[in-house]
Amino acid sequence: MRGFFHRQSKFQPVDPDENGNDQSIPDDLWVKCPGCNELLYSKELNDNLRVCPKCEHHFRLRARERIAMLTDVGSFQEWSSRILPQNPLGFADGSGTYEGRLERTQRKSGELEAVIAGEATVEGKPLALVVCDFDFLGASMGSVFGEKLVRATEAAIERGIPLMTINASGGARMHEGLFSLMQMAKTVAALNRLGAAGLPHLSVLTDPCYGGVTASYATVADVVMAEPKAMVGFAGPRVIEQTTKQKLPEGFQTAEFLLEHGMVDLIVSRDQLRVMTASLLTHYENARVVAAEASAAVNAEAHGEDIVVSFHSMAPERAPDSAQTGEAL
Amino acid sequence: MTDVADPIQQTAPEAPVSAWDRVKLARNPKRPHTLDYLHDLVADFVELHGDRTFGDDQALIGGIGKFDGRSVMILGHQKGSDTRENLKRNFGMARPEGYRKAERLMRHAEKFRMPVITFIDTSGADPTLGSEERGQAIAIAESLVTMAGLRVPIVATVIGEGGSGGALAIGVADRVLMLENSVYSVASPEGSASILWKDAAKAPEAAERMRITAHELLEFGIIDEVIAEPAPAHENARTAIRATGQAISRHLRELIAAFPLHDDEALDRLVAARYTRFRSIGSWQEESAG
Repeated sequence: MRGFFHRQSKFQPVDPDENGNDQSIPDDLWVKCPGCNELLYSKELNDNLRVCPKCEHHFRLRARERIAMLTDVGSFQEWSSRILPQNPLGFADGSGTYEGRLERTQRKSGELEAVIAGEATVEGKPLALVVCDFDFLGASMGSVFGEKLVRATEAAIERGIPLMTINASGGARMHEGLFSLMQMAKTVAALNRLGAAGLPHLSVLTDPCYGGVTASYATVADVVMAEPKAMVGFAGPRVIEQTTKQKLPEGFQTAEFLLEHGMVDLIVSRDQLRVMTASLLTHYENARVVAAEASAAVNAEAHGEDIVVSFHSMAPERAPDSAQTGEAL
Repeated sequence: MTDVADPIQQTAPEAPVSAWDRVKLARNPKRPHTLDYLHDLVADFVELHGDRTFGDDQALIGGIGKFDGRSVMILGHQKGSDTRENLKRNFGMARPEGYRKAERLMRHAEKFRMPVITFIDTSGADPTLGSEERGQAIAIAESLVTMAGLRVPIVATVIGEGGSGGALAIGVADRVLMLENSVYSVASPEGSASILWKDAAKAPEAAERMRITAHELLEFGIIDEVIAEPAPAHENARTAIRATGQAISRHLRELIAAFPLHDDEALDRLVAARYTRFRSIGSWQEESAG
């Protein structure tokens, strides 16, 4: 069997940094909200899913924090955790090699790469889950990112479960050059297969989400959700201002801007994501069950009456004599 | 399990010119552009316009023409050779309506079982307020989706600059070819330098370090063939265009022989083969589960 189905022990999320300090945030810390400049008590903020109680600014989350907030307690099983990046271009610059950069990032972030993949349940409903960690090189999409997402998609198909991606990214990873760009094609191609298998992909766009991730799998999901005020776009505001000298309007590229322009299905605040996910998954599940029952009924009938199955037979309200409809086709 | 992609050695042949020289050649305004290729290689071309939603993008053109005796769909970025034409063509930077037109025309090609030929020549997708408002990212993503599942053979050729998602949006092909003095990169050298070192002036260094030349990308297995330019294409356009036409013709014939256009089962295999092609691109190492 493929190695990625092995249940692997979790990577320890937080290592002490170079000075031996624990990096987890002490509970007594005060945090200034970038949304309203209020000083917030860190523990209160954490208890509120890291959403400002004053202005509802959604603070950025680490991938494992998101998984903990979204999934049923103890249900998350990580996949593909030992796929490690390497340096296909032999990339190096003034600040050293790409390998060195990766090693420092891994030590600082406590993660081995920019996405975490696995399976979990949300309100008891199973799903495959791929979550970006913006603290890992801006959750830039390189080879490992693409490979983990594709494997999770293939695993979802094999298990017949939906896929959810929670996205935040600065775009493609520069250090892997064209390998990174090709992950856009690779991920989208895998998701075509998920769709062909009748399984939904739910995408959540969180702050910030740009470039190659927005221009590939994350925006062609069956349902595209965004967190309030998340910044989402193709080109970043700085690039647009520099190249066009255009003054950008207030609220440009926010989730609300995207909703207004028809680019996302809905905005979901963090405290409603669990309920919304469960609600959507229930609809897809119901639709599948109804279709499967109809199909089973048709098969049974076909077996009994030796008739060719027609799509008419799928209609739930068929008349008792509608076995004749096969001839009407 | 070890599913390790081999670490790639930096064994690109000794380049007579630097990567930055290639960038400058790729951007030379006198270099042949898509319409020049159409003029020399394609007969009875009928340009088809518009995305049926918003507008017609002059930076990404498409239509039906006769190539190598066969009616095909042709798509390509179009740059100008002078300032006036470049303003009309938006310097070859396509807007969402360009990608939506391309996507529409690819579906059209599929419906009538016409192979698709694309010419990539853009520094990147248009980065403006209007393009963002009209969903540039989604337009590109939808084009990728369509290409990944398209049930006709696709041959893409980078004829000048292949920059970023704006290039890949017409590049998810069964065969990807590059002219010797073209470049293909995850972002423009200026963009890469800006992201990596916050200094766009370091573009020449980014061009070297990011391995964007045709020979390097062939070594990586990301592209399938380098089309030689004995003289840079802007100095001898005829020769470069003829060589490109011969290469495209050869690849298209191979694809059609392996995946006949009338054979639905073969076309399923074609899409599966395209999946495998892109599925395998990447570089990682894997520790066995312990």
